Amino acid sequence: MSEELIALLADSFWKILKPGLLATIPLTLIAFSFALVIATVAALIQFANIKVLKQLVRFYIWVIRGTPLLVQLYVVFYGLPNLGILIDPFPAAILVFSINEGAYAAETVRAALEAVPSGQMEAGYCVGMSYLQIMRRIVLPQAMRTAVPSLGNGLISMLKDTSLASNITVLEMLMATQRIVARTYEALALYIEVGVIYLMFSTIFTMLQRAVEKRLNGYERKGRANA
Amino acid sequence: MLKVKGIHKAFGTLEVLKNVDLDVEKGDVVAILGPSGSGKTTLLRCINFLERADGGTLEFDGENFSFQHISKKEIARLRKKTAFVFQNYNLFLNKTALQNVTEGLTVARHMPKEQAQDIGKRALEKVGLADRCDYYPSQLSGGQQQRVAIARALATDPEIIFFDEPTSALDPELIGEVLAVMRRLASEGMTMLVVTHEMNFARDVSSRVIFMEGGVIVEAGTSKEFFGNPKEERTKNFLRTIGERFAPEE
Repeated sequence: MSEELIALLADSFWKILKPGLLATIPLTLIAFSFALVIATVAALIQFANIKVLKQLVRFYIWVIRGTPLLVQLYVVFYGLPNLGILIDPFPAAILVFSINEGAYAAETVRAALEAVPSGQMEAGYCVGMSYLQIMRRIVLPQAMRTAVPSLGNGLISMLKDTSLASNITVLEMLMATQRIVARTYEALALYIEVGVIYLMFSTIFTMLQRAVEKRLNGYERKGRANA
Repeated sequence: MLKVKGIHKAFGTLEVLKNVDLDVEKGDVVAILGPSGSGKTTLLRCINFLERADGGTLEFDGENFSFQHISKKEIARLRKKTAFVFQNYNLFLNKTALQNVTEGLTVARHMPKEQAQDIGKRALEKVGLADRCDYYPSQLSGGQQQRVAIARALATDPEIIFFDEPTSALDPELIGEVLAVMRRLASEGMTMLVVTHEMNFARDVSSRVIFMEGGVIVEAGTSKEFFGNPKEERTKNFLRTIGERFAPEE
């Protein structure tokens, strides 16, 4: 590798990392937080079998999971202006990523809710708790523990998918890299470099996921302490 | 105190309860016996509305309810006066033993935390688990879990406790510790309705025995009569099949 190339990579590292910290990571974390809220509400509606709302949720999941994320980004960013709705690139990306991941995560959370033994609910009723109390204090916490590994996968997928936001002019890591490539023609080295930075971020997210799992698994410790 | 009249329940075309009557007085310990599939667990679950019966009436504490038309609110109110011990414990898996016991007090009855913890600790002490307050269900043996479940039932000061085969899921060597707790409750005058396969418990502890088969009550009486002098042929057969010790004298 030539010295020039090494200098270029060193120089561009920060130029790529910066939009990573300013766009990729905030976009991922904000959109994923919204997605979790959407997913929990959508999953609870299905779990509780609320009539009309349940149909709406099924429709939402059907549409979102059945269409490409890139198309969804285009519809919102390039399509909605035809109706007079103009959204800035970053908010548009947050909107689309939240709604998209929300649909996938909703299925994860629903499955996790259904995996909680029905006896937990019955025991809650028998000590006098209401449906909402049981959901909030007993069923949801247990379901979330089951859901964490899948949700963690969703988070890491989203981190990588944010590169699609470059298509709607969000200045994130891929677009920053593309700009440097356009200037220097060092496509191989630079695209590998951005890949490594993505890998760095996803490694941190994976570690985060492990930590959360460990914390939530507190009550599932095998073996008896001091017994 | 608790009177069930004409309770009926069918799952699809299968009639599980065929107009069963049941009467429990305060301080009674009633054992419900019978072969599996006889409807005894369904009876218990219907009385606490875990299953919805499709006919019959319930009198509890002088109030009358129809099993079919009772409102959710009334069910919730009734449940606060009763407690249920499940065959497979059903402890809240994400709560410690003490939290399992206090949950119904702090959350369902809005009791201050300190007061609830006092009651919870005393309840756990009563079942011999004062030193296991901070253990999660996964860290406890089956017998210990079931004793926590009994403590959870006691904590809410119920007028009656329903037991659904409380020892059936336990290893043989763990059954004794649970039965001992139940014996003590009985001797202290707790009203209990117990679905069980434990014949010794039914004979020695319960005041009355109900024998069910095929969704009907075949025979009911004091436990002395039931074990000493059963009237029905099916009861005699049942007692013979479960063991020599319980076979009626010829």
